[in-house]
Amino acid sequence: MSGLDDSAPPAIDFVDVHKWFGAFHALKNINFSIRRGERVVVCGPSGSGKSTLIRCVNRLEEHERGVIRVNGYELTNTSRSVDHIRRDVGMVFQSFNLFPHLTVLENCTLAPIWVKRLPKAEAEATAMKLLTRVRIPEQAHKYPAQLSGGQQQRVAIARALCMGPSIMLFDEPTSALDPEMVREVLDAMTELAREGMTMMVVTHEMGFAREIADRVVFMDSGEIVEINAPGPFFSAPKHERTKAFLSQILRH
Amino acid sequence: MSVAFVRTAPEADLAPPTISRGVVGWVRENLFSSWASAATTLLLLALGAWLLPPLVAWATVNAVWSAPDGALCRSHQDGACWAFIAQKWEYLRYASYPEGAHWRVDVTEFVGLALIVWLLWPRAPRKGLGSALFFLAFPIMAFVLLRGLPILGLEAVETQDWGGLLVSLLAALVGIVFSLPLGVLLALGRRSTMPAVKAACITYIEAVRGVPFITVLYMANNLLPLFVPDQWTPDRFLRPLVGTALFSAAYLAEEVRGGLQALPRGQYEAATALDLRYWRMMGFVILPQALTLTIPGIVNNFIGLFKDTTLVAIVGMVDFLGAMDNAFKDPNWSGPTILATGYGFAGIFYYIVCAAMARYARNMERRLAAGRTR
Repeated sequence: MSGLDDSAPPAIDFVDVHKWFGAFHALKNINFSIRRGERVVVCGPSGSGKSTLIRCVNRLEEHERGVIRVNGYELTNTSRSVDHIRRDVGMVFQSFNLFPHLTVLENCTLAPIWVKRLPKAEAEATAMKLLTRVRIPEQAHKYPAQLSGGQQQRVAIARALCMGPSIMLFDEPTSALDPEMVREVLDAMTELAREGMTMMVVTHEMGFAREIADRVVFMDSGEIVEINAPGPFFSAPKHERTKAFLSQILRH
Repeated sequence: MSVAFVRTAPEADLAPPTISRGVVGWVRENLFSSWASAATTLLLLALGAWLLPPLVAWATVNAVWSAPDGALCRSHQDGACWAFIAQKWEYLRYASYPEGAHWRVDVTEFVGLALIVWLLWPRAPRKGLGSALFFLAFPIMAFVLLRGLPILGLEAVETQDWGGLLVSLLAALVGIVFSLPLGVLLALGRRSTMPAVKAACITYIEAVRGVPFITVLYMANNLLPLFVPDQWTPDRFLRPLVGTALFSAAYLAEEVRGGLQALPRGQYEAATALDLRYWRMMGFVILPQALTLTIPGIVNNFIGLFKDTTLVAIVGMVDFLGAMDNAFKDPNWSGPTILATGYGFAGIFYYIVCAAMARYARNMERRLAAGRTR
């Protein structure tokens, strides 16, 4: 596929990854990799481990066995490795998680100023550029509570981009939104995809997956059941569980 | 009428019913909304009419405002003896602090007050400079002025001669300034993932919360000197101050912990995903929100702390209330109205300070909330 770089190490590489919550086996032997510039949508029923998987990439959850490499750099317990990877990976959450006591602009500049040590003026210029890109520069001096859900989620996207990541993780970015606001967030994500950002997206928006994804990963009870390009994945699912899942969510 | 409906003209915006507005509306809604409420209102009005006039007359028209000694007050038993307060004012403020050095107390109190107003005034400029002066320069200045420095020609004054209002204000100020950061650290420690830190903080908090404040003061006063070498024995005034700050910190820690727990986990996760490390995450994201949430509890603690400073009297310090008690012992001013006047005045003083703290906190909460909501 065009734009994908196969010579460089994969953007994200999962090798034999396992994870338990207590006695519950949450991720079972996950093996797959995401190439640079690739857009991967992860779907599956609730409790299938898709959020856990995406949260392992930037160490919000710790995997207990196996190897995760981000841009060829192994994610280990040392804070050096974790920091290195977090600076390269941006994340957008289902519940936005903007900092309510800071303005939109301050939300976007906090980490660049204190983590990347950028001068304030430079961080603000970058933030304004990215807020313009998600089409809300006029909200820069408001507080998150004064914005609609869709606007808040676009701020969250801009905030993550302000750190200059090479990979973006989206954990159900539209699930907490009112229906009329889903479009504006998906549009911002589509635009990002067109610019060549490597993206791993957990979502139930199958229209988005069909349109944007290079590959779709279907997970169920902690394991990967099927991986395929969106065309065959939706038109000719191979595994019974995939068929059952798709028939349930595509019925309406 | 058919099942389907299509609007043809927009509905107009109407003004609310007049009954709910204006003075009449307010009185009806708040004072006479039901029979029980009307009865309570009338009862309280009657109680006020019965109690207030004599109280006001006692404090004003019947009061003795100036007199050289207690003789006049003894003959006016139906009024307060404000002359006593006027006469003893000097003593209430400084107690045994040497008379020639009173200006040093005045200067310290004035500078301290000015700096506090600077820091607490919402729109005051250069808060950074203000905090530097208050937290670094002011303590040194206060120490030199109050304690004295013979090289500068300031005669030394031992802390056992300090007293009155000065001691109350100092104890409250030192208690507040030291207990809040300590309380925050304890709260963070209690939620730490490091088992040793966590255990130490829990032990400290639970131990202090399980002991009465008076016991802490006695321990600070009598036991602390036994634990340290003679030449390091802390100053008599320092001991209750340390006790107050350590005691208050344990309670503040629990308030702050409540605020920390009230924050959604997403705030920690978003900060973590942005690679903000522990202290930056706490300093920029978590604590500003947690402390805002806990303002009522924190101020509640500060008010308690301010009133508890009267307990330093039991370890021999003469605070404002202690000075008042000493003033009562003056035979020239003995009389039936003296106690009521003195305690009444002390009560008003403590009430004003505490009410001011509560009021300021309420304003601050409103201001902080205003920016965040629609």
